[in-house]
Amino acid sequence: MNALEMYPVEERLPHRERVVFTWYAVTVVALYLAMMLVGLTMRLTQATWADVGPHLFYELLTMHGTAMVANTASGALAVMWFFLRKYVPLHTGALIANYALFVGGLAVITASVFWGNFAGMWTMLYPLPMHSMTIWSDNAAAAFIVGTLMIGIGTTVVFVDAALAISKVYGNPFRAMGLQWLFGGRIDPAHPKTVVAATAIIIADSIGILAGAIIMVMMLLNIYAGLHLNALFAKELTYWFGHMFINATIFMAVIGVFELLPRYTGKPIPITRPFLWAWAIAGLLVIVVFPHHLFMDAAQPRWMAIMGQVASYGEGFPVYLATAYEALRNIHHSRIRWTMPACLIALGMFGWSAGIVPAILDGTIDINRLMHNTDWVPGHFHFYLILGVLPMLFAFFYHLIGERKASRAASRIDGFGFPVYLIGGIIFVLAFLDAGRNSVPRRYAVHIAEWVPYDQAGSVGAILVVLGMCVFFARIIVGMLQHGGHPAPAPRGGALPEPAPAARATG
Amino acid sequence: MNENQVWYVALAGMAVVALIFVYVIATARVRAAPIESHDDVVSSRHWVFIGLIILTAIVSYFTLRHFPFPAQRGPVAARQVVKVMGVQWAWQMSTQKVKEGVPVEFEVSSGDVNHDFAVYAPDGRIVGQVQAMPGYTNKMVLVFKHAGTYTVRCLEYCGLGHADMETTFTVVANPPTETAA
Repeated sequence: MNALEMYPVEERLPHRERVVFTWYAVTVVALYLAMMLVGLTMRLTQATWADVGPHLFYELLTMHGTAMVANTASGALAVMWFFLRKYVPLHTGALIANYALFVGGLAVITASVFWGNFAGMWTMLYPLPMHSMTIWSDNAAAAFIVGTLMIGIGTTVVFVDAALAISKVYGNPFRAMGLQWLFGGRIDPAHPKTVVAATAIIIADSIGILAGAIIMVMMLLNIYAGLHLNALFAKELTYWFGHMFINATIFMAVIGVFELLPRYTGKPIPITRPFLWAWAIAGLLVIVVFPHHLFMDAAQPRWMAIMGQVASYGEGFPVYLATAYEALRNIHHSRIRWTMPACLIALGMFGWSAGIVPAILDGTIDINRLMHNTDWVPGHFHFYLILGVLPMLFAFFYHLIGERKASRAASRIDGFGFPVYLIGGIIFVLAFLDAGRNSVPRRYAVHIAEWVPYDQAGSVGAILVVLGMCVFFARIIVGMLQHGGHPAPAPRGGALPEPAPAARATG
Repeated sequence: MNENQVWYVALAGMAVVALIFVYVIATARVRAAPIESHDDVVSSRHWVFIGLIILTAIVSYFTLRHFPFPAQRGPVAARQVVKVMGVQWAWQMSTQKVKEGVPVEFEVSSGDVNHDFAVYAPDGRIVGQVQAMPGYTNKMVLVFKHAGTYTVRCLEYCGLGHADMETTFTVVANPPTETAA
């Protein structure tokens, strides 16, 4: 297959897959907009421009965090599935099952939050779910746990299907990851990078999901059978799951970057030994990085904390090299045409690359001592989610709608939406980071007067982000629901009709 | 590093990343350079890869030389000890007064859920924090350089009253002879 072909035949979706995929895209994009509005409400409350009571605030925060993580995971999983099925035979039924469990799990979670008053955050750190001071019931906590389990099971269904398919084609996961070429030998240039990355992600994320399933079942046993849990062990398992699950979303979204970017630059990205090393190391280190969430738990064995810091550094760099550096080399002197997918890919790579800087600083124990659980934390993760992963996912969706006859991968309204989203996103995350510098605690429903200016600046950024998101939402929803499906003519990368003026300006 | 230094390092790092992206995007339109050979490309990646590994090792060594928490088993032997218990949604401290310039060992635990014992200086900045976890006692040693009223806040979400979980203690000036001792 030609890596530079804009819409290769083997990526075309048959009718049933197309319907499933359209539902997927519509759900993911709509949920992003809804949860951004929830986030905006919380920032406006902290800024004293809206009046939401603490209980509703913490319910909104629980819903926002949970739905955003689940939604990003589902969207990124769809990207991985879309490209992986070119190389190994995947069952659409697994994707349908995942969609049903994702939507069903979120419905259960929504009921537990807004009907059962559960406000224990998406991290549901033991023993808080069972210790609400009568704010919510044990049954509400159990429902939240069951909903989260459903989403984890849905992801696992796709992973199992993909793992079996990869093993069928490549014999075993090690060959799929190209480990046989780590120390020598001629690398098969046709070996798909997507298979390398997907295999590493599936192995690592499955371990995280297993850790999550164990702690969630243990908490259910705590509720209904009185099983006593060790708080430190419970926290380790919780963050093993949580970190792995959200980290995997970035890795899955990155698959879309190295699949799509060469088509828009007209330059292939070859598979190399550093690429294989990068994914092998990242796949390993991401499994053991979770103790960096427990730096402030002095009771955690010191070797685990040190491992968490070193893994934080080591995990980021290799994939950073294999993707951000590769992407920049690919764009350099490429004559790329700045259609929306290309703009969003570039933004996504920037957001991820720049967002890693405050994240790595916070992954240093001596700095974490000052920044842990301040607004620095939502500052850095919103950086690489709002300006990194989301643009990568939306690049994929824009690419898809560019295939549809009556739609385009760029339009004039994107010339408004893209810069507004970018500027708003930068204001939003810098307001969080600056608040973190000034020790403003995260997850506070009420802020003292000294902290309000940061919240007000963040609110302005959030309003702009939501405005930009409204444009993306309208464009993607309309585009996805249009019929058609014939490939647009694309003699060279990026040869889509008429790039938007503002999108061009970003170059 | 203090908070301001962390902020400026972060800003500098993000600015460098931004400048690299701006440069690459600005020059993307020009097909000026000849297409590199495969060997050149792979060779440059090797060097970047090795450089990052060396950088990781150096930064890890210098940032881990002095671990910010004392050994948790056995006595810490600080001359002032404050026992702290976090409960939904209040702090219970064995004393509300400590001396300036003399190491204070905080022995922090929780009576119910996870909390985070964060000490804020009079200027509103965090000087240290440690988790309060049920079933464990986490030890943290701080030396207060300035007298004044310090605020304790909870930095681990612990339910509806999380933002109200606050107390204060006083750091009193200490005679120079005792500080030196």
